[in-house]
Amino acid sequence: MKIRNYKDFWAGLLCAAFGLFFAVVGSQYRFGTAAKMGPGYFPTVLGCVVVVLGLLVTLTSMSPKAAQERVPAFAWKPLVLVLGAVALFGLLLNQLGLVLCIVMLVCVSSMASHEFTWKGTILNATALLVLCMTVFVWALQLQFPLWPNLTLG
Amino acid sequence: MDTLIANLGIGFGAVLAFEQVSLFGAAITMPMNVLYCFFGVVIGTLIGVLPGLGPVATIAMLLPATYSLPPLGGLIMLAGIYYGAQYGGSTTAILVNLPGETSSVVTCIDGYQMARRGRAGVALSTAAIGSFIAGCIGTFLLAAFAAPLSEIAFEFGPAEYFSLMVLGMIGAVALASGSLLKAVTMICIGLLGGIVGTDVNSGVSRYAFNTPELADGIGFVAVAMGVFGFAEVISNLAQGEKREVFTNKLTSLFPSREDIRRMLPPILRGSALGSALGVLPGGGAALAAFGSYSLEKKISKNKDEFGKGAIEGVAAPESANNAASQTSFIPLLTLGLPPNAVMALMVGAMTIHNIQPGPQVMTSNPTLFWGLIVSMWVGNLMLVVLNLPLIGMWVKLLKVPYRHLYPAILVFCCIGVYTVNNSTFDVLMTASFGVLGYLFHRLGCEGAPLLLGFVLGPMMEENFRRSLLLSRGDFSVFITRPLSLALLVATVVLIVIVAMPAISAKRQEAFQED
Repeated sequence: MKIRNYKDFWAGLLCAAFGLFFAVVGSQYRFGTAAKMGPGYFPTVLGCVVVVLGLLVTLTSMSPKAAQERVPAFAWKPLVLVLGAVALFGLLLNQLGLVLCIVMLVCVSSMASHEFTWKGTILNATALLVLCMTVFVWALQLQFPLWPNLTLG
Repeated sequence: MDTLIANLGIGFGAVLAFEQVSLFGAAITMPMNVLYCFFGVVIGTLIGVLPGLGPVATIAMLLPATYSLPPLGGLIMLAGIYYGAQYGGSTTAILVNLPGETSSVVTCIDGYQMARRGRAGVALSTAAIGSFIAGCIGTFLLAAFAAPLSEIAFEFGPAEYFSLMVLGMIGAVALASGSLLKAVTMICIGLLGGIVGTDVNSGVSRYAFNTPELADGIGFVAVAMGVFGFAEVISNLAQGEKREVFTNKLTSLFPSREDIRRMLPPILRGSALGSALGVLPGGGAALAAFGSYSLEKKISKNKDEFGKGAIEGVAAPESANNAASQTSFIPLLTLGLPPNAVMALMVGAMTIHNIQPGPQVMTSNPTLFWGLIVSMWVGNLMLVVLNLPLIGMWVKLLKVPYRHLYPAILVFCCIGVYTVNNSTFDVLMTASFGVLGYLFHRLGCEGAPLLLGFVLGPMMEENFRRSLLLSRGDFSVFITRPLSLALLVATVVLIVIVAMPAISAKRQEAFQED
């Protein structure tokens, strides 16, 4: 058998791995009986179902009738910069405060664009900062740590 | 009929009610719900017009802004955002040839051609008029059928609910594009993700790995924003932009008498088809748009004009998708089951306001129920009245370059996720779902079934466990109860139909433009 649809091949394996994870962890909870199910019953059974479904997807990717498809290349640069900026926002918000975090989020994520310029980015960050401070902090009165908090180390 | 009018009266009363609010320290009396509706519609259109952000991501992003509102106000605003976003999507379809979402894909074909021939204004107003008429019909049907359907829903036991959810989820993916097998797998993964957290029956904390934040379950806002919002941004960045905007003067917005004569029958046919298909779970709106476009193409006297800017080709799909998006509230409001990803978010919003969606909402909370329905009509009216004059502003928005737009999307998403629980953990969670969403996207797996499964997971497990508890562990309960059996048979029929080679070829053809 030859893999024809690489997208489905990997998708199936990925799903099966998810199913396996849920089934294995789920089997550590009390299983119970059909009439009195424990917390482990539903996730373990469903996890096994997902494993079977995932393997089926992988199998069909090797059928001679499957459409030939390759996995498109990953856009690593936007992936890392965009999600990295978001993760940094989450990690640093309590220490650095909202103001610096917004500036950081805009600057880091903007580098993912191929039209990146420092001037445009700083203008954009300033505009967004003013907007967020007005809408979320002043008008909607949402609670944020606003400024760096260095006492916590 | 009398009760219908009385019920609509309750609704109008709730929507138009004046409330006293304090603004800048002064007490002012204002029709707050009308204002929420107005904000929802305007913000929805605003974000719907911006390219690369569909209604699911829009709603997920703006959900936190409605938390502080009263329940009715919050839901009215969300519904407004939903059809505002849909309306905005058709604007970009016509002016930029970029469908904001699947249901306006067909609008691109003739709408963009009309714009190229200098009739952008007429195309936009046709879409608006069609959407308004369809919205009125859809809202009326929703009001008329909601009560009798809720009556049926009271007959449902846990076994029926379980079977209905199976039908709903299979239906949701059967009518959408892509591989059925993969979509079902995605649903099941979503179901598993949904049950992370404390088990309500035993108090055992499942899949939480001693992380207190996970014991409450994974927030669906994090899933929706990660899988839809962030993954979309990354894909858009990878593609780079190619946009051609028709910014030259939008001359006349007003259709001629001939235009009106030609657009009315397609609008009515589109509304009828859309209302019927919208009730079905899943790709109701998209399917309705495709269906009504092919219908018009078949029966029109001006067949050769289709694809070159036929007004029927804008009127029919636009009214069909709007009617469908109205009637897709029917399963949500009567049965408590979301038929698509947007409605799944509405379920989440209702739970946050402590409203358990289902047939009991109508009796226990009639002002909320009828108020929401009436607000949809009010919202549709606002869309026509406000947006046609504002079209120039929306066009300007289209010129905002993406490099300035996407950091703004990220900032709003981060702030939105954080404010749900004031938790930075949720922000990190969203980033992880962004990775997962992008991975799935690259592998051709869809996010919508994942989100649907995610929201339904706890409900599904609960009903499964309860039905087997009642039947003392006998699995035949799902096929011995006639209603449940009928629902499961319908599911099987649906799978067989979709799997038939002739149909699956057609289905591929219909969705190949996505």
